[in-house]
Amino acid sequence: MSLLDQPSSSSLSGGGTTRGQAWGLVGLLAAAVMAWLVFAVWPDWLNAILISKKAFVSAILNGITLAGLYFLVASGFTLIFGLMRNVNLAHGSLYLLGAYIGYEVTNRTGYWLLGVAAGFAVLAIVGVVMQVFVFRRLEGDDLRQTLVSIGISIVAADLMLAVWAGGTYQIATPEWLDGALTLPIITAVRSNGVSVFLTYPLYRVVVLAAAIVIGVGLWLMLHKTRVGMMIRAGVDDRAMLQASGVNVHAVFAIVFAVGAGLAGFAGVVGGSALSVAPGEDVRYLLASLVVVIVGGMGSITGAAIGALLIGLAEQIGLVYFPTYGIVLTFVIMVVTLAVRPQGIMGKAR
Amino acid sequence: MRMHRRTVLALAVFTGLTAPSLALAADDTIKIGLLATFEGPFTVLGEDGERGAMTAVAEMNGTVAGKKVEIVKGSSDASPDSAVRAARKLVEQDGVKVLVGPLSGDEGIAVKDYAKTQPNVTFINGTSAAQDTTLRDPAENFFRFSTDGAQWMAGLGTYAFNDKGYKKVATVAEDYSFPYTQVFGFMAEFCKAGGHVPSKSWVPIGNKDFSSVIAAIPEDVDAIYVALGGADAVNFLTQYQQGGGSAPLIGGSITVDQTVLTSKGKLRDVLKGTPSAGPTADTNDAPAWKTFVEAYKKQPGAFPSPSLFAHGYYVDMKATLLGLDQVGGDVSDGGKKLRDALSKLSFDTPTGKVSLDKNRNAIADIFLTEVTEGADGNLMNKLVKVVPQVNQTLGIPEDEFMKLGAVNRDNPSCP
Amino acid sequence: MSLAIATNVTPQQNWLERLGAGHIILAVALVLYPLVASDFFLTQIGGYSLIFGMLGLSLMLLAGYGGMVSLAQITVAGIAAYAIAILGSNNSNVLGFGWPWWLAVPFALLSAALASALIGWISVRTEGIYTIMITLAIATATYYFAQQNYAIFNGHSGYAGIRAPAFWGIGWRDARPFYYLCLGLAVLSYAAVLYGSRSTFGMTLQAIRDNPRRMRALGYHVTAHKVFAWALAGIIAGLAGVLLVWFNGRVSPGTIGVDAAIDVLIIAVIGGLRHPIGPFLGAVVVVLMQTFAIDIVGAERFNTLIGMVFLVIVFVSPDGILGLWGRIKPHLAQESLRPGQ
Repeated sequence: MSLLDQPSSSSLSGGGTTRGQAWGLVGLLAAAVMAWLVFAVWPDWLNAILISKKAFVSAILNGITLAGLYFLVASGFTLIFGLMRNVNLAHGSLYLLGAYIGYEVTNRTGYWLLGVAAGFAVLAIVGVVMQVFVFRRLEGDDLRQTLVSIGISIVAADLMLAVWAGGTYQIATPEWLDGALTLPIITAVRSNGVSVFLTYPLYRVVVLAAAIVIGVGLWLMLHKTRVGMMIRAGVDDRAMLQASGVNVHAVFAIVFAVGAGLAGFAGVVGGSALSVAPGEDVRYLLASLVVVIVGGMGSITGAAIGALLIGLAEQIGLVYFPTYGIVLTFVIMVVTLAVRPQGIMGKAR
Repeated sequence: MRMHRRTVLALAVFTGLTAPSLALAADDTIKIGLLATFEGPFTVLGEDGERGAMTAVAEMNGTVAGKKVEIVKGSSDASPDSAVRAARKLVEQDGVKVLVGPLSGDEGIAVKDYAKTQPNVTFINGTSAAQDTTLRDPAENFFRFSTDGAQWMAGLGTYAFNDKGYKKVATVAEDYSFPYTQVFGFMAEFCKAGGHVPSKSWVPIGNKDFSSVIAAIPEDVDAIYVALGGADAVNFLTQYQQGGGSAPLIGGSITVDQTVLTSKGKLRDVLKGTPSAGPTADTNDAPAWKTFVEAYKKQPGAFPSPSLFAHGYYVDMKATLLGLDQVGGDVSDGGKKLRDALSKLSFDTPTGKVSLDKNRNAIADIFLTEVTEGADGNLMNKLVKVVPQVNQTLGIPEDEFMKLGAVNRDNPSCP
Repeated sequence: MSLAIATNVTPQQNWLERLGAGHIILAVALVLYPLVASDFFLTQIGGYSLIFGMLGLSLMLLAGYGGMVSLAQITVAGIAAYAIAILGSNNSNVLGFGWPWWLAVPFALLSAALASALIGWISVRTEGIYTIMITLAIATATYYFAQQNYAIFNGHSGYAGIRAPAFWGIGWRDARPFYYLCLGLAVLSYAAVLYGSRSTFGMTLQAIRDNPRRMRALGYHVTAHKVFAWALAGIIAGLAGVLLVWFNGRVSPGTIGVDAAIDVLIIAVIGGLRHPIGPFLGAVVVVLMQTFAIDIVGAERFNTLIGMVFLVIVFVSPDGILGLWGRIKPHLAQESLRPGQ
């Protein structure tokens, strides 16, 4: 079944500087409003509308840190798709397996960093094994690759349930990551004139920092290294890359290792922030799907934008309209598909 | 040629599909169906329920009225559809006349609906604790010797208001029927005592990040009532601790059970001193309870202390066996005699006397507990007091209770 | 295409030959099945397989002829099932307009067709393999929405107490009538898909699957054709949904969860996506496994079993059981030609 070898005709050319300037202005205005909302002391009427400044700012911060986690998971997913046209629906299982491995290693050695490293390394190996022994055999058959990945995710979920049962595991973070930061954001002023500052868990800030570092690292790898060049060339035209004498299979294996490793890494980091339990695989698979559909398949920048949108939508939805929070995410996806089917940063094919 | 081969295929398929193996139990055995969650994320709970049921069977030496008890297992994945499918298989294919189960709330309501279509089969609950399984539109042949989620909260609201002195409490709970029932049970007493609940947070099932929810809880409440189970409870408590939460907590029945108390990490500090209520207490000194724990521990893979699910399945299976014993194991009359016997049955369980009301729902003792650190460093629910013989209307006259309406997100309310 | 027996016949043949001997024998066997089967096997195995076969068929229509693999077929069926619960009567004290079945069913089918067309319209804006992702996201979003919404979907509990209609003096949920009802509708859907696949529309759809660019260049409205195929698949899935809600007497978010969505895909793939009979074969296999796994291997590792079967099928025989049959058949034919047979 040749599902994908057909380029669609749409090409969205930039509308010149005026359009760019207009968007810039809108962005600047939004940033100014945001800055005021975050740093100013709120008048009562605003508190009345948005519950409290603490709730609002926390939701924004949590949205951003959740976006960091989503980005870590989705970047691997989007890389693998971009290069191999492989919709790996077992990506969520990689996340969950990484989390369990991180738990076991941390629990046994007592070193959290070792757990994180193990989560990345083991899953990178699993990724290479999957690519070499499973997906390579079905190369060029997108549909069967996807079906196989569904089969793998079913079996993996059940086997993980067999090994780790249905319990909830928490990966213990080290002492130096515990505690809360006091941010220079005043949430309220007490009647005696003392300002109440917002405190925020240090660990979540670290998750966000890790996501940014990895995002920049990925970008540098893709744009400044030889392998990155090959990957980008492969994303644009796989056949041509192969014809140029590049060992495509080696490139594929590297991408799969990085993608799966990142999922495992995210599993340990996410499992420390939240917890590890059955069902998380589907949750993060779905998050990755929506993030890359919105952000655009195969684009790291797109994954970052998509993750930010979805993370913020989820947390703001949870606080202000918990009942339909999930629908907000969905609306973002449908609107994106309707306006720009290839995703915000996706290339029209 | 083609046709010929297809005939063979068709025949092969259909001989496989027809065998109506309605194997009737031999005269010297009694078949009892056992429906629990043996697949999906609730597998662990279902297996502990089975241990409880098997403890009851072992107590009777595997026989009742001189007949051997044969347990036929049916498995659901905690969804109502799968529970009904499993019940149908047990009744219509395996031919059981007595069925014990299911495990969770919405499953219970679904099986109760199914029970109405099988008037000759007797259904006894497992641990399903939704109110409406027996309160509204009950089935004549569905019995619950375990109590419901609102009953489990008996005494807690009054205790929080009077003894703990909490006047304003916020609630955080998952958004489905079982937590509605628990919040209802808590608030029914708490509001009546004069307390206020200014904020109720219903968190969608599957949400794991509670930090934004925690930030939105009003700061001027005296305590937070939390009805979350398993992973959600662990996540909430950890994030509450990380966010520097200071208000004391009040726990739902499954919020502070052993699955949560045994989790490692700093959530232990927030948990200490948390009052809760439920059908069992870890530090129950009653000899009957201790005997039960010992018997339970003989089951393969048993936990150090039986869970709420082992307890519920034990009580319901025990009642089933006692009822069968009274009628000499005879269900040939469509179970009529058995149902009569069960309706009148009153017996002593490890957690006190149990009897049924007119809707065939249990009247039983409920235990008010508080989380404390045991001598071995493990957290456990210390027995504070026993609330004796709680009925389904929580001691409120029935017509008054029914006026409170069906439980949902907004009922009850006392902001 | 091994079982597509009727595809190569010439129009000159009489109707009996055109129908195909295989179909006739199959039909006779299915009609006589209630004579030998117990009530349990009639509904729990027979009826249930036919219902899930129809769901698989609606997926097969999209995937086999249109190249669009959808994971949202159970969602579409669920919309029809919810429509029956809302428009007809239920005992959940929410909505329940009490419409008679002959009014509720057409509306349920209409809403299923519209929902399916909408899902199709959203997903055909992108190409190929995206469809599977987008439909999975839509299926999950619908599941969460149904779970949270009390005004329309009655939240986590869903609707219960939905009764199948009784008319002509027959209670259509009784074992035998229900089986024949399922059989009748399944045969109707099957024949419609088989006929439709050879119609102008079916041929156009298959051509679009194979080369959308050329078809667009030839002046065909590619999107319209695809969306129409989605609407047709929606009607079949909707029929299955109506039967499912009559069968279970209830519908809740669990009915349309991700597991169920993937089950439909498994059924269609195990059976085979090349011919409309495939999904029905797959449904029989999967339903039998689901029902009796607990007696044979225990329920605990059922998903590993079904996942492995699925993986083996995808690896060994991309066309599912149909493909396997196509490979074995020549050997059998050889054998039967030997003397003494």
